Amino acid sequence: MFDSSFILPRLGSSAIAVAGVSILVFLLLHLIPGDPIDQLAGGEATPEQREELEACMHLNEPLGTQFTIFLGTIADGSLGRQCPNPESKPTVMERIIDKLPYTIELAIGGMLVAVLFALPLGILAAVKRGTWVDAAAAIVSLSGLSMHTAFMGPLALVIFFDHLSWLPGPAEADAPFALVLPSIVIGTHLMAMLARMTRSSLVEVLDNDYIRTARAKGLGERVVLLKHALRNALLPVITVAGLQFGSLLGGAIITEKIFERPGLGTLLLEGISERNYPVVQGTVLIIAISYVIVNTLVDLSYGFVDPRIRTRA
Amino acid sequence: MSSESHKLSPSAWIGIALMSTFLLLAIFGPWLAPYSVVHQDLDARFLGPSTAHWLGTDQHGIDTLSQVLHGTRIAAMLSASVVSICAVTGTLLGVVAGYYRGVVDEIVMRIVDVLLAFPGILLNIAIVALVATPGIGTMIIALCVNGWVRYARLARGQVLAMRELEYVSAARAIGARSSVVMFRHILPNMLSPIVVMMSLSFGGVIAVEASLSFLGLGPQLDYSWGSLLDQGTTFSLATPRLALIPGIAIMIVVLGSNLLGDGLRDYYDPKGRR
Repeated sequence: MFDSSFILPRLGSSAIAVAGVSILVFLLLHLIPGDPIDQLAGGEATPEQREELEACMHLNEPLGTQFTIFLGTIADGSLGRQCPNPESKPTVMERIIDKLPYTIELAIGGMLVAVLFALPLGILAAVKRGTWVDAAAAIVSLSGLSMHTAFMGPLALVIFFDHLSWLPGPAEADAPFALVLPSIVIGTHLMAMLARMTRSSLVEVLDNDYIRTARAKGLGERVVLLKHALRNALLPVITVAGLQFGSLLGGAIITEKIFERPGLGTLLLEGISERNYPVVQGTVLIIAISYVIVNTLVDLSYGFVDPRIRTRA
Repeated sequence: MSSESHKLSPSAWIGIALMSTFLLLAIFGPWLAPYSVVHQDLDARFLGPSTAHWLGTDQHGIDTLSQVLHGTRIAAMLSASVVSICAVTGTLLGVVAGYYRGVVDEIVMRIVDVLLAFPGILLNIAIVALVATPGIGTMIIALCVNGWVRYARLARGQVLAMRELEYVSAARAIGARSSVVMFRHILPNMLSPIVVMMSLSFGGVIAVEASLSFLGLGPQLDYSWGSLLDQGTTFSLATPRLALIPGIAIMIVVLGSNLLGDGLRDYYDPKGRR
């Protein structure tokens, strides 16, 4: 089962990606024009205050030293603190851990919505190919693909919170059912994508000879579909779903703003408006690294589920 | 069979119609706009749709239809610049990486891997957010930083498959220079998937602009669709129309871009259509 020629290259390229992400996140602050001190201290700061801030942020050190310090904050797991007076403030990691559960539950909610609606929709469209059911499914998934989260979120709030009062509204992240609307809003785009994939993948599989054989030997349509076709058709769909889990972390930024939910996205936006560079760097880094880890796990598990992938590698 | 399948589908025609209307409005829209988009009329705030204001007015009494028409041009300019810069850069890098392989390929693909490690709009947010006063140029740069990556991957894959074909070996055998092989023999034969990707990503750029403006990070362009959507959502409980109109405008263009892209893909690759 353990095949190092399959696993090692993947782990290697993921490690390179993580290293590259760290360098890029570090450089973001330095590549972008404008002096961070100006933005942080404001126009009225005295030269002494500016110098103090510069020393606190280590901006007076050479770039290499700054990078070592940055790596140090990753290694000690703190991800740094905001200047000035860093000792009195929580570390970036503490702030992230505080908010992470909200974003993870949102991403899981979105994934559930996406998969639970996409599979039946895609399967139905493929089985009823060319009928009005197929056309209706196509309209649903195209609308889902085209509708912007920043448009759908407020619309859902107006309908389900304001007019119908069925579900909790903004800033009620801990209320019962508070996750329903945000999950639908964040999951719709992925749902549309997966439904289209399920349809095309199943349509392709249903044209295969082994399906014709299964039908020819007199198996019922239900058995052919469930036992023969879906097993092969759903594999790529589930993989894409897994690979998209990380992108839900990115999509959470907008959804969290609409629903005024706490989370990594809200933390990032707070960091941006406070010009809190360690928070911006730390959140971006954590989201990107989680994304790489999830993708690597999905990639590896796909190899275990489908031996053809392993041998081809 | 072949003549039957080598025709544009009805949905592709809908895509073409939507995108042509969008481009025509981008060119002529600002002249067609019935009112000024800078002049505020405080006596005409929050007016509903009427013959004077077809789509009503906003919180400053500015005509919504005129704003949307002006926004059309911004959306088209932004999308066209980002898509063309990304497509050209990405395709060139992908072709060179795939053709030369080795070190060049390693470097390009490692950069691709790093940029792909940022999910969705995270990197765009990080770039736009750290610039003190982002303008439309910043927005274009922020969207292009990782926008070229998908073209590079696509182009590289195409070149890897194509460089082993006989006509390419033949071109090399008669002594054609690498640049001639790459750009005269390989590139023209791989343009169709690139065109499909350009068409599909056209709407995506508008959606990302809308996301960034919605997060309050974009350039302060008062009537870009994203800004209109952002301002509209502030009043979404009292006057949902102000968010609905730019939201629908974005949706129509993204839909048109998807339909056109899907349609072109089926047109170029009829085997893929089912």
